[in-house]
Amino acid sequence: MGRNVYIYILGMWLVTYLIRVLPLTLIRRQITNRTIRSFLYYVPYVTLAVMTFPAILTATQSPLSGALALIAGLVMAWFGCSLFQVSVACCVVVFLTELVIC
Amino acid sequence: MLTDRKKWFIKGLRDGIPIMLGYFAVSIALGISARNAGMTAPQATLASALIMASAGQYIGFTLIAAGASYLEVMVMEAIANARYLLMSCALSQKLDPALPLRHRLLMGLWITDEIFGVSVSVEGRLNPYYIYGMAAVATPGWALGTLTGVVLGNVLPVRVVSALSVGLFGMFLSIFVPPARKNRVIAALVAVSFAASYAFNAVSWFDGISSGLKIIILTVVISLGAALLFPVGEEDGHGA
Repeated sequence: MGRNVYIYILGMWLVTYLIRVLPLTLIRRQITNRTIRSFLYYVPYVTLAVMTFPAILTATQSPLSGALALIAGLVMAWFGCSLFQVSVACCVVVFLTELVIC
Repeated sequence: MLTDRKKWFIKGLRDGIPIMLGYFAVSIALGISARNAGMTAPQATLASALIMASAGQYIGFTLIAAGASYLEVMVMEAIANARYLLMSCALSQKLDPALPLRHRLLMGLWITDEIFGVSVSVEGRLNPYYIYGMAAVATPGWALGTLTGVVLGNVLPVRVVSALSVGLFGMFLSIFVPPARKNRVIAALVAVSFAASYAFNAVSWFDGISSGLKIIILTVVISLGAALLFPVGEEDGHGA
């Protein structure tokens, strides 16, 4: 590598920071447009759902353990378990499943 | 006011613990990729502590290894991380309009998928100290996991890394499932998002598109469709 790695890191950080901070600093008021408000209301749910599936199936050693973790997480979250409980349960399901099948 | 800050900071520390554990696991893989890219442990750890973006860092490391120019790396970084622009827009609506600039500048450092997800699910206004609390525990998790990956990534049992890596998905589930239970539109949107995301990843025609860009395209299209078909009223939209 002929270039300086620290300059790469600084450049990556700068771009990422600007993306993260510009809307927060530029949008100072409540948006009144109903469509934009609705859009921003739905964004978190859609983006988190899109990031979860099918990625959870490929994050683990086997798609089966990922799928079982997904089902366990869906059921536990549906019945009101806390963020921590759901998260730990998913990990435990994967660990136990892979003890058996891998 | 002071006790309010303290309360949110402590709540942030607590809710940051699962994020930290998940980050630690996920960033081990990132550390391994950094080492493969020829980066040293201090370089990779610094990159993680500053940038905190999984896909973005992974793409960056890959391009650095390939000898890409500074500009190329920055452009790809912008594409891979553009989803944070949407998240930042959504978060801007949860802030007190009178919140000083310094808090906006500071909290902007830590808008990650997970910290965003947890912050946006707060009832009513978002207190920046909640984000600071989460960042205080999540950032070391991300940085130390990366360090671990560079130093001893191949020594750690695969089974442990595999199990820990779903922790973040568990968090996501616990954020969008409870609202889906209460609101049929959100429930339908989650189902549509799962199906569309699966289809998008299964069709090889889209292989050339980075995962970050896929997330943006799907988020914009599905959320916009929902906004046009099911606009939220004053009462739903408030504090959402």
